[in-house]
Amino acid sequence: MSAPNVHSDAHQAHHPKLQHHFHNMAQQLEASILGMWVFLVTEVMFFGGMFMAYLLYRTMYPDAWLAGSNELNEVLGGVNTLVLIVSSLTMALAVRAAQVGARMAQIANLILTIIFGSIFLIVKYFEYAAKFEHHLVPGAHFDPARDPAQQLYFSLYFMLTGIHALHMIVGIVLLFIMLRMAWKHQFNADYFTPMEVTGLYWHFVDIVWIFLFPLLYLIGKHH
Amino acid sequence: MTHGTVNAPSYLDAPHGIASWLLTKDHKRIGILYLISVTIFFMIGGLFAAGIRTELLTPEGDFLTADLYNKLFTLHGVVMIFFFLIPSIPATLGNFLIPIQIGAKDLAFPRINLLSWYIYVVGALFTLAAVFAGGVDTGWTFYTPYSSIASNTNVTLAALGVFITGFSSILTGFNFIVTIHRMRAPGMTWFRLPLFIWAHYATSLVMVLGTPVVAITILLVFAERALGFAIFDPRMGGDPVLFQHLFWFYSHPAVYIMILPGMGVISELVAAVSRKQIFGYSFVAYSSLAIAIIGFLVWGHHMFVSSQSIYAGLVFSIITMIVAVPSAVKTFNWTATMYKGSVTWESPTYWVIGFMGLFLIGGLTGLFLGTMGLDVHLHDTYFVVAHFHYIMVGGAIMAFLGGIHFYWPKMTGRLYPETLGKISAILVFTGFNLTFFPQFVLGYLGMPRRYYAYPEEFQILNVLSTSGAGVLGLGYALIVFYLVATLFKERNAPANPWGATGLEWQIQSPPITLNFEVDPIVTEDAYNYAGRAPKHTKAGEV
Amino acid sequence: MSSFPLFPEAASSIAHEVDLIYFFILAVCSFFAILVSGLVVFFAVKYRRRHPDEVGADIHGSIALELIWSIIPFILSLVMFVWGADLFFRIARPPADSMEVFVVGKQWMWKVQHPEGVREINELHVPVNRNVKITLGSEDVLHDYYIPAFRVKMDAVPGKLTTMWFRATKPGTYQIFCAEYCGTQHSGMIGHVTVLEEHDYEAWLAGGRSTGTAVENGERLFTDLACITCHKTDTSGRGPVLAGVFGSQVRLMDGRTVVADENYLRESIVNPQAKVVLGYQPIMPTFQGTVSEENLMQLIAYIKTLKPAAPVSPAAPSGGQ
Repeated sequence: MSAPNVHSDAHQAHHPKLQHHFHNMAQQLEASILGMWVFLVTEVMFFGGMFMAYLLYRTMYPDAWLAGSNELNEVLGGVNTLVLIVSSLTMALAVRAAQVGARMAQIANLILTIIFGSIFLIVKYFEYAAKFEHHLVPGAHFDPARDPAQQLYFSLYFMLTGIHALHMIVGIVLLFIMLRMAWKHQFNADYFTPMEVTGLYWHFVDIVWIFLFPLLYLIGKHH
Repeated sequence: MTHGTVNAPSYLDAPHGIASWLLTKDHKRIGILYLISVTIFFMIGGLFAAGIRTELLTPEGDFLTADLYNKLFTLHGVVMIFFFLIPSIPATLGNFLIPIQIGAKDLAFPRINLLSWYIYVVGALFTLAAVFAGGVDTGWTFYTPYSSIASNTNVTLAALGVFITGFSSILTGFNFIVTIHRMRAPGMTWFRLPLFIWAHYATSLVMVLGTPVVAITILLVFAERALGFAIFDPRMGGDPVLFQHLFWFYSHPAVYIMILPGMGVISELVAAVSRKQIFGYSFVAYSSLAIAIIGFLVWGHHMFVSSQSIYAGLVFSIITMIVAVPSAVKTFNWTATMYKGSVTWESPTYWVIGFMGLFLIGGLTGLFLGTMGLDVHLHDTYFVVAHFHYIMVGGAIMAFLGGIHFYWPKMTGRLYPETLGKISAILVFTGFNLTFFPQFVLGYLGMPRRYYAYPEEFQILNVLSTSGAGVLGLGYALIVFYLVATLFKERNAPANPWGATGLEWQIQSPPITLNFEVDPIVTEDAYNYAGRAPKHTKAGEV
Repeated sequence: MSSFPLFPEAASSIAHEVDLIYFFILAVCSFFAILVSGLVVFFAVKYRRRHPDEVGADIHGSIALELIWSIIPFILSLVMFVWGADLFFRIARPPADSMEVFVVGKQWMWKVQHPEGVREINELHVPVNRNVKITLGSEDVLHDYYIPAFRVKMDAVPGKLTTMWFRATKPGTYQIFCAEYCGTQHSGMIGHVTVLEEHDYEAWLAGGRSTGTAVENGERLFTDLACITCHKTDTSGRGPVLAGVFGSQVRLMDGRTVVADENYLRESIVNPQAKVVLGYQPIMPTFQGTVSEENLMQLIAYIKTLKPAAPVSPAAPSGGQ
């Protein structure tokens, strides 16, 4: 059961980015993309645990959930949602630019994505600061006049948005790494794997927010 | 054909130096790094068990304080489950064999493989820090509100240790999934894969889908305890039972992470010791997937008396009965494989037989616990302890040890002393039964778990159990001794000491770094013993 | 040298049923365990390798066998499931005529209250051949009230009330264990249930120092905690009328309708904002931390005795100012 080693494309075998255990660049790309999808599934399960807790407690304490949601600024939340959606657009454009080797487009779109991601985090900072001021952080300083079940709401609010924000920070770090690689002319039609998987990660982080926004900010707000 | 006839050095020899091991990307070296780590933690966990069983020699709590005892059983569970059992086969034998068995040079992501080991080490260090800081006493199950509010031990540190280590598991599973999908050699179709691969694929699904849930659960406990958040605290309206649902959603599938790889090893061993195609190959393959998937739907059978609704209990109970079927199917198929096989009585067979006996008892006793009306009496008694030790130790550890023995020549290039291999199997089997069978009786009598003092009439059974533990420990110590001793001897192992099928037995012992000198192309099914020399076959002597 | 038992006493009406299903499953599992391990050893001996390069027969499988050994075990396990589920229903649902006992678990003791007022710590006295329903609560963490001789147990969950029941069939003294790990003295949280003949039980009750019946204590608390200020006997109070509330359907402000069971009453006292009754303001203060679990059980016992004097209209006006 042996045969001479075969390379599908002679020059691909010597592509500087081909890792030794892969046969060719196509296999390497497919493996990386599948890997990122599997990783994103783990992220769905990770957030899923918190969504389950949210679901249970919202059913048990609908009034507390309503009151808690009313404390959130849905305008800021809406702005952040828009910002993330646009950032997903620029991310997709960056990936496309990498696939065709358009270096300036890659750099511009990556920078824009980083800017939008940062805007999101800055808005988040202001929102969190407001919570501190209004004694809405669960624990010793939580407003004692409020229904204690609201502490459940705000605990989940901070866990969900906090962990989401951490993922955003990781995403922005990845974007800087991509920026550096793009600056050094590393992406073209033969090799754009890191951009592709970073794009997948960024879109995922965006989608999590699309769920968080209505669940946290829009309870009882229908006009 | 042995070593010395090829130009490439074995993976053990080149490159040299400790740095080359600590920064390796070679899946085989990473497997060895894991083997050393899990062995160390097995011994630590065993030490805690020795403390427990010593205390339980007498009905009074006279050897340890209650708090120390509670910490010992907690850490015994945490160490054995998270730092030994879960990585044991996948991270050692899985890492070593999966690329070779599918005809690849390495896993899909070698650097992530190394990262998974470092994450394991960091998590382990956090947990050891918790031990040295005074320990944890919540039980490995960390039930709230005791863990999140009441306990005054190092819960946060231990929880962080387990949280971190979970990522090691996730990365291993994710690596295996991508590897098995994308790195198979030409001709290696899914249904030509060794069943070891199917078992690890199913295991990886569970690792990837389940572990993140326990990770977030631990984070929620940490948030409640360290940040003052309110999640499970009943005084805020939190529900302690929510923790149980989230915890068991992972921890039940986790037991399949612990047994499925063992089943994969047993498939390989049964085929090899019988020199016969595994009976019902595709049924065994599918049963691994069935166990993995259905295993996600039974978690509430840990909660029949927790105040869970009766109707939820019904659903969990019936699905528990359903998940028993694929395991039964495997056992019958392994047995049928031996029918008209050519069965050797070398040491691997001893491990197979030991596994079969112990796994049967362990698996069947699950039926007692899945039966709701009976579980009321048995829940949280020693019956449960006996049940899971029969599967985890009797099943998973015997399979692990059987696999370590079977693949020892391949991994190290040395043969181990055959007689000692048989003696240790017998010692482990005997010691194990003596330790844990009395616990079934104790459980039905009503002796609860996690008790450090007990009514006098339970003493004799406890003494039997502790003496069994001594024999068991002796068996394990013997194994470590003679296996390590081989490392000081010359490499004398041929490429295929067992005469088994599989790509791993076509290459030298130990393998070269890139596994294959020439990339293989696969043309036949796994376990194609019948395709060998027609003389001396069972089906019609020629 | 004391004798050592290998099988527990059966002292409740359900114990023999539990033992029966246990023996059934034991028989089935023993059969398969012996069959399969026997075959494994038998095949290993009968088909042992006789030449170093011998191989086994070329057999791949058999769909018939796969079906047989999937279906038969599945049917057997279904029998176990159905039998066990039926048994569980009967274990879980107390008969309507059960006498009540209140048990509160607290690190690391069991506090028992008989409705007649007698209290016990770690011990429990019950009459033989009477259905006994235990309402379980916890002051702190999870506990579990386990009586092996009766084959029953139930978790005591902080934040809610759970129930279990049994009918003792043999006078005697039997072990009680805490069966959910609860910290340092978990294995010390044990006691005995003493089953007495009816007349002996009455004598024991009468001889016990009573601190008032549960209902009397509940009524006293109701006054001391000023519940009566808002929960008047007519609809003029700021809070809903409590006469007849237990067991009734209650309409809430958020649109849900719930049954006013023990857990509803308990929650209304410790977390009144969770379920505000339709037509009333969310102004009831919380008594979390002010009342113990035992007090809660007494209050509930009292509220259960409140029957309406005359039929009341179901809809309450919005609470008076």
